Amino acid sequence: MSELEYMIEMNEINKWYGDFHVLKDVNLKVKKGERVVICGPSGSGKSTTIRCINRLEPFQEGEIFVKGLELTEDVKRIREVRTKVGMVFQHFNLFPHLSILENLILAPTWVGKKSRKEAIKIAMHYLERVKIADQADKYPNQLSGGQQQRVAIARCLCSDPDIMLFDEPTAALDPEMIGEVLDVMTELANDGITMVCVTHEMGFAKKVADRVIFMDEGQIVEENTPIEFFENPKSDRLKLFLEQILDH
Amino acid sequence: MAIYKKLKTRPAPLGTKGIIYWIKENLFPSITSSVLTFLSFLLLYYTIPPLLDWMIFDATWSGTKEEITGSGARWIFIFEKFNQFIYGFYPEEQYWRPNLILAIFFIYVIGFKKTKSTLLRAFILISFPILSFLLLYGGFGLDVVPTTKWGGLLLTIVVASVGIIASFPIGILFALGRQSNMPIIKTISVIYIEFIRGVPLITLLFMSSVILPLFFPEGMDFDKLLRALIGITMFQSAYIAEVIRGGLQAIPKGQYEAADAMGLTYWQAMGLIILPQALKISIPNIVGTFISLFKDTTLILIIGLFDVLAMVTLTSTDAKWLGFETEGYVFVTMIYWIICFSMSKYAKSIEDRFNTNHR
Repeated sequence: MSELEYMIEMNEINKWYGDFHVLKDVNLKVKKGERVVICGPSGSGKSTTIRCINRLEPFQEGEIFVKGLELTEDVKRIREVRTKVGMVFQHFNLFPHLSILENLILAPTWVGKKSRKEAIKIAMHYLERVKIADQADKYPNQLSGGQQQRVAIARCLCSDPDIMLFDEPTAALDPEMIGEVLDVMTELANDGITMVCVTHEMGFAKKVADRVIFMDEGQIVEENTPIEFFENPKSDRLKLFLEQILDH
Repeated sequence: MAIYKKLKTRPAPLGTKGIIYWIKENLFPSITSSVLTFLSFLLLYYTIPPLLDWMIFDATWSGTKEEITGSGARWIFIFEKFNQFIYGFYPEEQYWRPNLILAIFFIYVIGFKKTKSTLLRAFILISFPILSFLLLYGGFGLDVVPTTKWGGLLLTIVVASVGIIASFPIGILFALGRQSNMPIIKTISVIYIEFIRGVPLITLLFMSSVILPLFFPEGMDFDKLLRALIGITMFQSAYIAEVIRGGLQAIPKGQYEAADAMGLTYWQAMGLIILPQALKISIPNIVGTFISLFKDTTLILIIGLFDVLAMVTLTSTDAKWLGFETEGYVFVTMIYWIICFSMSKYAKSIEDRFNTNHR
């Protein structure tokens, strides 16, 4: 078997909500180990784009391959793709009725069919990695936002995904907690996991991204290396956007 | 520019705690409140002592009917008819069978709480209804007691618990069905729920006792109690479905998405993530519908089954004991109240145990 060229391949994706055309001819190819940051004004379709990759959003036209597997309507295929893709949400979406540890071992035991003992070992490993192992028996609501988001990242890692998707992971956090989450994400990026991250943290984009993509009104407007992207924007829309977010 | 020193904490001023402060603050804070407090005490003074006199101090607790002297309640009627209230027409020499079920129930409850083995718990949950039915109905060497002989509180509890236990899983399925993306399943669920909720329980009981037999072959005897149970379960499951749907709707979309994104199947996501949270939110309302069901079981009277209330009505027409229905109804009222109040207290304790918000 030859080495796969792309981990994610989105070809000409078009999506409508009723009559509203949310994604227009989106093409996105992500290589193994590549780190892509997507930014853009709200309502530009950036979240929708990454939510198509694990089929949380259906799309009407185009095709998506994840690790060479085509994302079809088939429920089994969708689940197969989802086990390869981890997703971190803006609002963490931890399960409040389960302890931190139970949150982490859920997917490995029920989806990965691992023994409980083995799952706990994996869970503790990742909890240590996000520096939160001492909170394993607490419940999500007892943790701060930053801690919850780190748990959510650890929860994804427990399923041993090939790709991590981040959907504005710091947007719901208090300012003093953004740093701890970005640190964990930076560490992950340095370990070479493939990641696609929707965020407005431009510092993070400059530091870790291989490529930055700017979306507006449902389409990809510009993509470039971080240096070129920030220092030499081509389109007027990106120039305006950068001006606005760098202003304050 | 100003800099402020960190202040020390100090105790609350005198006269802001203690009993006298509490009374002043809560019972007599203003003129209107004081008047209301006074009126409430007056009301209690005129109602409670006479009630206690009737129920306890002037009541007749022992002796025969001819020896009644006091002006209070004549509880001897209750003692005389107690077995009929509890067991209905169940043969007296077989009373040990329902009593044994009650004993097994308590042993099982303790066993269920003490054990950690899932297998043993499953055994308890499955064997109890089977064992109860075998003991009550008979067979396997025990005399058969046909369901027409079941009555009184025994029947009330049988009908209520079968209704509660059977309607719960059915209600969950209809609630999930109503939320389903599959149009046919959704439509069937909506029609079922809205139809059942649109008719009174009495109608359903009539339907299941009169119309249901029409679907069965001629001459096939279809147990009257079973017909009532089917009607009650259909009724209750529609209400449970709506209560649980309310709980399902309160679960944030993110929980469904997180479960999906992990690769859980539909049933795993529902069983592990969504339902545990939805049921927890719904506990007060679920118990509320259970309590109404427990009280609604009195309606089985109209299809000729004698529950505890019907037994009281029946025994007070006994020529020997005419005019004793007041005591009977007070007794039944207390039975209903004790059971319903316990259910609501138990629900509160489950709710507290499942509370993982820890805010």
